[in-house]
Amino acid sequence: MAIPINWFLVLAAGLFCIGLYGVLSRRNAIGILMGIELMLNAVNINLITFWRYINPVKLTGQVFAIFVFTVAAAEVAVGLALVIAIYRNRDTVIVEEIDLLKE
Amino acid sequence: MVPVLIFGLSSVVTLGAALAVVTNKNILHSAFYLILAFVGVASIYVLLEAPFIAVVQVLVYIGAIAILIVFAIMLTRRLLSKDLIQRNAQWGLSALGATGLFLVLGWIVYSVNWPVKLLTVPEDPISVLGQELLSTYVVPFEIASVLLLAALVGAILIGRERE
Amino acid sequence: MQEFFFSLTWLVPLFPFLAFLIIILFTQDNNKLSHTLSIGSMVLSWLVGWSVVFSAISTPHLGEHPIHVSVPWFPTGTTSIEIGYWIDPLMAVTLFMVPFVCLMIFIYSIGYMGYGTEEEDPNYARFFAYIALFATGMLGLVISENLLTLFISWEIMGLCSYLLIGFWFQKNYPDPKKITPRQAGLKAFLVTKIGDLFLMLGIIYLYSQAGSLSYADTLFDHEFLTNLASTPALPIFGGWSAASAIGALIFGGAVGKSAQFPLHVWLPDAMEGPTPVSALIHAATMVSAGVFLTARVFPLLNVVVELEHHNPAMGIIAFIGAFTAILSSVIAIAQNDIKGVLAFSTISQLGYMIAALGIGAYVAATFHLITHAFFKALLFMGSGSVIIGCHHEQDMMEMGGLKEKMPRTFWTFLAGGFALSGFPIITAGFWSKDEILAHAWEEFMHQGLVSWPFFVWLLLTIAAFLTAFYMARQISLTFLGKPRGHHAEHAHETPNTMTFPLILLAFFALTLGFVGIPEEIIGHGNNWFHNFVGHEYPSTPLSLPVLLLSSALAIGGLGIGWLVYGRKPMLQGEMDPLERGMKKVRLGWFYEAMRNKFYFDEIYNATFVQGSIKLAEIFYDFDYHWVVDPLVNLIARISRWISRLLNEFDEKVVDGLVDLTGLSGIKLSDLSGITDNRVVDGLVNGIAEATGWIGEKVLRPIQTGKVQNYLLILLISMLAIIGIYLVY
Repeated sequence: MAIPINWFLVLAAGLFCIGLYGVLSRRNAIGILMGIELMLNAVNINLITFWRYINPVKLTGQVFAIFVFTVAAAEVAVGLALVIAIYRNRDTVIVEEIDLLKE
Repeated sequence: MVPVLIFGLSSVVTLGAALAVVTNKNILHSAFYLILAFVGVASIYVLLEAPFIAVVQVLVYIGAIAILIVFAIMLTRRLLSKDLIQRNAQWGLSALGATGLFLVLGWIVYSVNWPVKLLTVPEDPISVLGQELLSTYVVPFEIASVLLLAALVGAILIGRERE
Repeated sequence: MQEFFFSLTWLVPLFPFLAFLIIILFTQDNNKLSHTLSIGSMVLSWLVGWSVVFSAISTPHLGEHPIHVSVPWFPTGTTSIEIGYWIDPLMAVTLFMVPFVCLMIFIYSIGYMGYGTEEEDPNYARFFAYIALFATGMLGLVISENLLTLFISWEIMGLCSYLLIGFWFQKNYPDPKKITPRQAGLKAFLVTKIGDLFLMLGIIYLYSQAGSLSYADTLFDHEFLTNLASTPALPIFGGWSAASAIGALIFGGAVGKSAQFPLHVWLPDAMEGPTPVSALIHAATMVSAGVFLTARVFPLLNVVVELEHHNPAMGIIAFIGAFTAILSSVIAIAQNDIKGVLAFSTISQLGYMIAALGIGAYVAATFHLITHAFFKALLFMGSGSVIIGCHHEQDMMEMGGLKEKMPRTFWTFLAGGFALSGFPIITAGFWSKDEILAHAWEEFMHQGLVSWPFFVWLLLTIAAFLTAFYMARQISLTFLGKPRGHHAEHAHETPNTMTFPLILLAFFALTLGFVGIPEEIIGHGNNWFHNFVGHEYPSTPLSLPVLLLSSALAIGGLGIGWLVYGRKPMLQGEMDPLERGMKKVRLGWFYEAMRNKFYFDEIYNATFVQGSIKLAEIFYDFDYHWVVDPLVNLIARISRWISRLLNEFDEKVVDGLVDLTGLSGIKLSDLSGITDNRVVDGLVNGIAEATGWIGEKVLRPIQTGKVQNYLLILLISMLAIIGIYLVY
């Protein structure tokens, strides 16, 4: 294995932080969802990296990655349904304008 | 040397595309960059000798999630307008925080002595994976399927037009 | 065969839980099916429960070798939390009581909730779902194998208690000072939560010492207990051993749940719930759970006594128990609500048990726990029968003369009342109460007059007399003489579904005491209850003075009570003879204080409730006038500067942000001002804000209700904590 484990981990950390920035700074709800997807991908890179470098015989890391895929799919489906429902009712997906609770 | 090159290339693509996702003014372009980022991640999986995960990444993330996002953007098309500000008031602080977190994570990565064991991947990992999923992890597996079903029903229920 | 029955233990709480799920999800519209399900599940639980109990009784040396089975539930790092069941004598005797009493009350509820009559409750099915869920919690608590599942069951019961006290949530009274069911439920929930907090701290403390919560590794591991008893506790406990400290913290949970002073204020108001609920939750089972818990952790307290012959935590327990017993029996004398008297009598009897545990009388406390559950459930159900018979009249001053109109209720109520008073020989209450008093007597003979046992003995003996007196008063006022109100004149006997459980419970209220007759009377080694439950504790020797004194007090109390209230029954509109008598000797003020429960509610309102409101107001000012708003403006200016610098940042966003911050501040504060709720809200917000201020002065103002802001604060706080950690 030519590449040290740290490279992958730093790559994952970078991807996670970029996704986090997206989640924190986007006004558009869909943009926030995209940020979350990036963060989940970073988690998966970590899972697969640890699987490969620490215990490749047991496939625990891959199994967990698959569960992350599942959760991500479910989250996107529900999240986008919510976005569309809100858009239909409020004509916006800007999170700052979705403040029904405060009125 | 070749793996290092591949790693460099795919990480540059991934991180660059990811940055474009979170900063691009046009949300539709963001979604396309998101697909590029997913491709980069998939190539990382290949590099890590997890071809099955890479394929699933392409199928689920690009084939389903990214397409779904593009659809959602188009359905809310009023927001495609370029004059709309896409980032909120706290973006500066967010960037600082994210950078800080990156530094901390990097520091952790380099200060921990990872118990690396350079073993080879078992032969035919996919069938092993399938057996694991249906034996050791059968309960989480079933729960995941229930979760997907619930999400499916929930999404339909939420997205449905109300009379 | 025994192993087979033991292996079924886990089913006991499962049946009612399934019934709860089915009713709440599917059969809410069908009252008959709902109560059939609920009662059917309880019958199954009762059958399985009693087969476990009788298998346990026929298992030799169960006390030394409790049976426990558990499976890993979820991993916690290197160990895992387990879920399972635990069978030992304490569990067995409690499991004897709980499903049977539950079943009786379930059957009784059919009549009480008016099945098939025009008074049928609109939420009839939901009631049966709730009590089934409650039974799940109580049975789960009894069979728990570790403190975590015990705590979960404990909280399930707390939830059910809240739901059931407030079952008639739509009820409002014309008198604004009278507490409504909704408020009573909230009060019960909040007050018991104070105790639960201590319980949770105790459990966490124990876990930090043992790395496990299962009984086998903690409470029943003698080596561990001995270590714990010689480990000093955290400094705030002032030199106690860790075992005492954990015991005292866990006992804090019992103080809340078993309504001991100073957290006893919720139980009398809990009587706003339907009477079966009062009988089930607030007399027989849930409130005894506190005593059960204290008995469970008794090894933890006892080990300190074994090593050092003295345990400060047990002194506190003894004091609280004895003080509660006397305080509430004095209050009970002056109550006119038929359920109010019983509520205070429950508090007082729970005080007996707690005090007994505090002086080390483990067996006596357990014995009284079991017998009390039977006769107190009986008394409550009898009072419920009276209430239904008198068309929802609860004031005893309006009753009288029900003896002829409701004969079954009268005779069973009489049995329960005599058991509670400790009428000699033929009632269960006599034997169990006497054992507590005898133990206290024995201990103080050893330790001298300046000791907890003497204090406990003195107070409990006085309380025993008072108990007999107020029971005589209640029976006389309710059943004897002539009716004093039109409801009582038209009273009728209640349906069989209500009287049948009364008769069964009356049987146990009279006879259950015979399992624990002292050895001196029936021969050495024949005290079955002691042999089964308390083999490792020395048995309490019979002491003739105590036996005679408590018999005399019981008969005397009943007799004096009868002389005052029964011989010449009160007429309509007449003043209570005791009140008249006390007014004559210028003690009218004291009677007034008794009737008003010694003003505990008023005192708590003036101190804690008003104090919390003041605190909330201070935090509001802090938020809105002094610190936060100026900071918000500062941040706004900085943000404007950034926006100008980058030439793409709209001023309006900042302004909006500031306004929203202000607005949300106002909204939050508006909340604090109208209802009882706001006390809690204010306090929680206040604490959150104070913590935030201490932690992050600069980030405090970003209080916008926007998730992204919170996330950012979370991120930066986390970075700050890591930074502190790195520097440190």
